[in-house]
Amino acid sequence: MFERLHVMLVKEFLELRRDRWAMVRLIVPLLIQALVFGYAATFTVNHVATVVLDLDRSQASRTLVSHFAANGRFDIVEMAATQQAVTHAIDTGRAVVAIVIHAGFAAKLANGRSAPLAIAVDGTNSNTALIALGYVSLIVARFEAEAMAHGWPVPGETASSGADVPLQERPWFNQGLDDRWFFIPGVIGTLTLIQVVSLTALAVVREREVGTLEQIMVSPIRPFEFILGKTVPFFLIGLGDVVLVTVFGVLWFGIPFVGSPLVMLLGSSLFLLAALGLGLLLSTLARTQQQAFALNFFLVNPFFILSGFAFPIAAMPPVLQWFTLINPLRYFLVVIRAVFLKGVGIDVLWPDLLAMGALGAGMLALSVLRFRKSLD
Amino acid sequence: MWARGLHRRFGAVAAVQGIDLAVRRGEIFGLVGPDGAGKTTIMRMLAGVLRPDAGEIRLEGVDVVADPERAKPLLSYMPQRFGLYEDLTVAENIYFYATLFAVPAPVRRARSAELLAAAGLLAFRRRLAGQLSGGMKQKLGLVCALIHTPLVLLLDEPTTGVDPVSRRDFWGILYGLRERGVTILLSTAYMDEAERCSRLALLHAGAIRHCDTPARLKAAMPGALLAVVTPDARAAHAALAGAPGLLGLLLMGDRVHVRVDDAARRAPELRALLAGQGIGAADIAPVEPAIEDVFVALLGPGSPP
Repeated sequence: MFERLHVMLVKEFLELRRDRWAMVRLIVPLLIQALVFGYAATFTVNHVATVVLDLDRSQASRTLVSHFAANGRFDIVEMAATQQAVTHAIDTGRAVVAIVIHAGFAAKLANGRSAPLAIAVDGTNSNTALIALGYVSLIVARFEAEAMAHGWPVPGETASSGADVPLQERPWFNQGLDDRWFFIPGVIGTLTLIQVVSLTALAVVREREVGTLEQIMVSPIRPFEFILGKTVPFFLIGLGDVVLVTVFGVLWFGIPFVGSPLVMLLGSSLFLLAALGLGLLLSTLARTQQQAFALNFFLVNPFFILSGFAFPIAAMPPVLQWFTLINPLRYFLVVIRAVFLKGVGIDVLWPDLLAMGALGAGMLALSVLRFRKSLD
Repeated sequence: MWARGLHRRFGAVAAVQGIDLAVRRGEIFGLVGPDGAGKTTIMRMLAGVLRPDAGEIRLEGVDVVADPERAKPLLSYMPQRFGLYEDLTVAENIYFYATLFAVPAPVRRARSAELLAAAGLLAFRRRLAGQLSGGMKQKLGLVCALIHTPLVLLLDEPTTGVDPVSRRDFWGILYGLRERGVTILLSTAYMDEAERCSRLALLHAGAIRHCDTPARLKAAMPGALLAVVTPDARAAHAALAGAPGLLGLLLMGDRVHVRVDDAARRAPELRALLAGQGIGAADIAPVEPAIEDVFVALLGPGSPP
């Protein structure tokens, strides 16, 4: 049995070595995607194109506008003269946020009356709009505070309001609330899943297409020896993926890695079992590489979206939340983020590790069963 | 090797219905039949990779249906396209298949040298399998299939698309194996190859219609065969359709093979018929049927059941 497994592995690595572009195909897309994700995948909203309509033209209104200009979150792209110009700027997409300061703003402020300020936001991208609105509130609040300091009475604030409850924000694990720290570890799991599932599925289906699968099956090799020979190389490639992107994230993006590499290795191994099982399962459902490719496309996207990579699972409808329970990526993201940023160990992560182990064992068992059947 | 009562359905299609066959050691047994007659299905069941719905298969005393794993080391199955790893060299492919069958290294070296020489592939040992010609690939497939010295060899249309020179090498190897007592069962679409088999089974719609030696199959052909040689064989072929006493017509290049109930009586009648149509027959003479004539006579339209 060891001889047969050994020769399967020798064959796999010979084929890989003969394929000049294999290494390029395996590594380059991985690094490029990690780079793209690292720079592009962020919730932070910066340089929001803003149009301003200042109908008051007072010192107070100019101060408020300068607060927006100085902040860096907003780029004032146009000082509009009319309401129509504002609408046009939003319609054409030249501006995402419009600040309209009505006439009498300063006077009302000086009298201690409510001084209205209109903010319009292009809600097409609800996420950006919401975050931009949050910044607007912050800036306006700071303006109010300054206005008070300058002696302008601010509506709603009375001199006797003594009970001040200062809120101190102190984010743990990611003190800077840097999105990259959140995304890069997630990228490791996602890219590894995509690569390992498709490599495994395509490799097995290719043997079926070329006819080597049938040829091997008339030899005394047992199905599990064939499956082991086919999966061990991809397991190693998957581990290589994890190490590569981890090192890249730490060195290039400066993501801290505070946890134990051993926990990471354990989590990655269990995750890879599940990914290999999934790839094999796909290979038993597909007769041709094209079918395998289509199936892979059909499966990997939901796995990605329903993993908690970007969209919180708690906010999903219950049916989709149940689906996430059979998604190995969901558990791996928990493990990998915890290991990277929190540094917690098996004592905390065991439920997720257990879930991945169970999923991996289940999928591998199912695929071995289906594999036997698919030979007929 | 023998099989009894083999049945196999694929969904609604009954691919094989009630096949009985027995092949002795040292015999080259040919399966001949039109596409879809069930040749590949029979081969795959004999090889133990496809379970029959019903029936029994014994191979050197091993029950293939119940215990395919025990049968596998004894046999070799070569599908229409042998699965070679195109990114591996000739020698690496042989090494791979030899190791799967646990062939000891010294045996492997001796055997592969001998087989490669017979196949005319010795000079190509280090070439990638993907860079071999079609005929060389097929011969390499045979070398891989024979590396573990099987007692039974199952070949599914092994020489389809193979050049004449490679086919001759191929048959040279098969005759050598027969001398050593290997049981060979092959399917073929080439009638000249069918003639070389010790026995033939004519297959139609998943059943064996006739099974005998090529000579006796020819003798069993109903009617007698006349060769009509004319300058315009195509016109003669058209003119002869519907002639009295006609059992079959087959256009063969510059001649028409006419199968009739009685050669002595019909030959002058045919000559008269052609002359009446203005087609001068150069020659009408009885001929020995080739296996192709037998095949058409026995399996073609209007053939006896």
